[in-house]
Amino acid sequence: MKELIASVKKEYLVDLAMQGKRVDGRALDQYREVSIERGVIGTAQGSALVKLGNTQVMVGVKLEKGEPFPDTPTSGILVVNAELLPLASPTFEPGPPNENAIELARVVDRTIRESQMIDLEKLCIKEGEEVWAVFIDIYVLDHDGNLIDASVLASVAALYDVKPPAVEGWTLPEFPLRAKPVAVTVVKLNGVMMVDAGLEEENTADVRLTISTLENGNICAMQKGGSGFFQREELEKAYELARKCGEELRKKL
Amino acid sequence: MAEAKPEKLLVDGRRLDGRRPDELRPLRIKAGILKRADGSAYIELGKNKILAAVYGPKEMHPRHLQQADVAVLRCRYNMAPFSVEERKRPGPDRRSMEISKVIREALEPVLFLHLYPRAVIDVFIEILQADAGTRTAGITAASVALADAGVPMRDLVAGISVGKVDGTVVLDLMKEEDQWGEADMPVAVMPRRKCITLLQMDGNFTPQEFRQALDLAFKGVEQIYEAQKEALKEKYLPSLEEGR
Repeated sequence: MKELIASVKKEYLVDLAMQGKRVDGRALDQYREVSIERGVIGTAQGSALVKLGNTQVMVGVKLEKGEPFPDTPTSGILVVNAELLPLASPTFEPGPPNENAIELARVVDRTIRESQMIDLEKLCIKEGEEVWAVFIDIYVLDHDGNLIDASVLASVAALYDVKPPAVEGWTLPEFPLRAKPVAVTVVKLNGVMMVDAGLEEENTADVRLTISTLENGNICAMQKGGSGFFQREELEKAYELARKCGEELRKKL
Repeated sequence: MAEAKPEKLLVDGRRLDGRRPDELRPLRIKAGILKRADGSAYIELGKNKILAAVYGPKEMHPRHLQQADVAVLRCRYNMAPFSVEERKRPGPDRRSMEISKVIREALEPVLFLHLYPRAVIDVFIEILQADAGTRTAGITAASVALADAGVPMRDLVAGISVGKVDGTVVLDLMKEEDQWGEADMPVAVMPRRKCITLLQMDGNFTPQEFRQALDLAFKGVEQIYEAQKEALKEKYLPSLEEGR
């Protein structure tokens, strides 16, 4: 997902990072302004629009009846899809999802699935025949960095926004949710770790690590990206950042 | 694949195949087994059977894909239709596209890509038989194939998965443990400088278990690294000695 960035700008960002500073004046462990709007789309069962600074991601959740997978006859289905819309960045092109869109969707999928935030067993209608399928569609509207964290926030917010009575055939009193996973992505600029990279920081960093945590501090998903590497101690530091910033973000959900 | 979950994955500290939590499956690596490829390797890890081949560095076509200052590394992770219980539909799917991406990013840190501007290095990983841990075994084989191709490298990359079964952190998950366990964490490392080049995880780890899992991964990687070096020596030592 890398875009070209002038080398003077790169050097400037690295210089700042070495002094513990950032181009927009934030601390290394500080997110941009986070805004979460729920119920933005009337035709979805749940929806949310998340802004991290100028980054904007919309998520719509749709519930539909479907057939369960043969190996999990009593379990509902979770499908996560992400679209990097051409209106969100000059580098995004129309067409089938590329590896960046697929990775984004799969990291969000793992975070939601492995956190077990949706009690999929409760979404069984008739064993082996009919279950509820939960479709999470991630719509990236404006790409100014850190799409993974914004997408997880928007997905979790949209799931908590689901108002089931609007769906035909729904009998449960409420949509069965039981956890609030939060993803925190840490990038490394010349050895300096920071959270919530803006686009220029993201394009300057050579490596990132996303850590998704639960309320109790346990980890439910991780993904390293980029062509760099991490040292062991840096992973410890990344986890501490993920736990601390995750707690802050969770308060907004 | 509709087998039921075994009641226990760990009995008296032994796993389904008799291993202890910190033991690897039987491992065999061979370098240079394909005639036409510039470099190649074959790995068996437990029931996994995986081939890796390297073509290049060579001129990148079409030209608009060339990078003016560095070589492009391309990786393709692909599963044979007959590699799993139920036939896998041939061709790339979302899983294999994501795995190809993380494998590329796991190998890039050891390569001197700036030495070959406008070139491409192709890495093909074919999973012939799968039994969990294919992406990490694929990385292990691919880095031997890169060395076999004579591509300059800072180090090899050795990969292994760690996870959690019945509440215990274990090394090198087999299929049943991957399917029924509580966590799976593939890791790849440049063994000499202990740099982590691939890290993914799904499931549930406490911070302590995460640390334990990393310890175990580093331990496993040491053994794999030795096997990688042995494989390269096996192929190249005889000809070196002849030339003396």
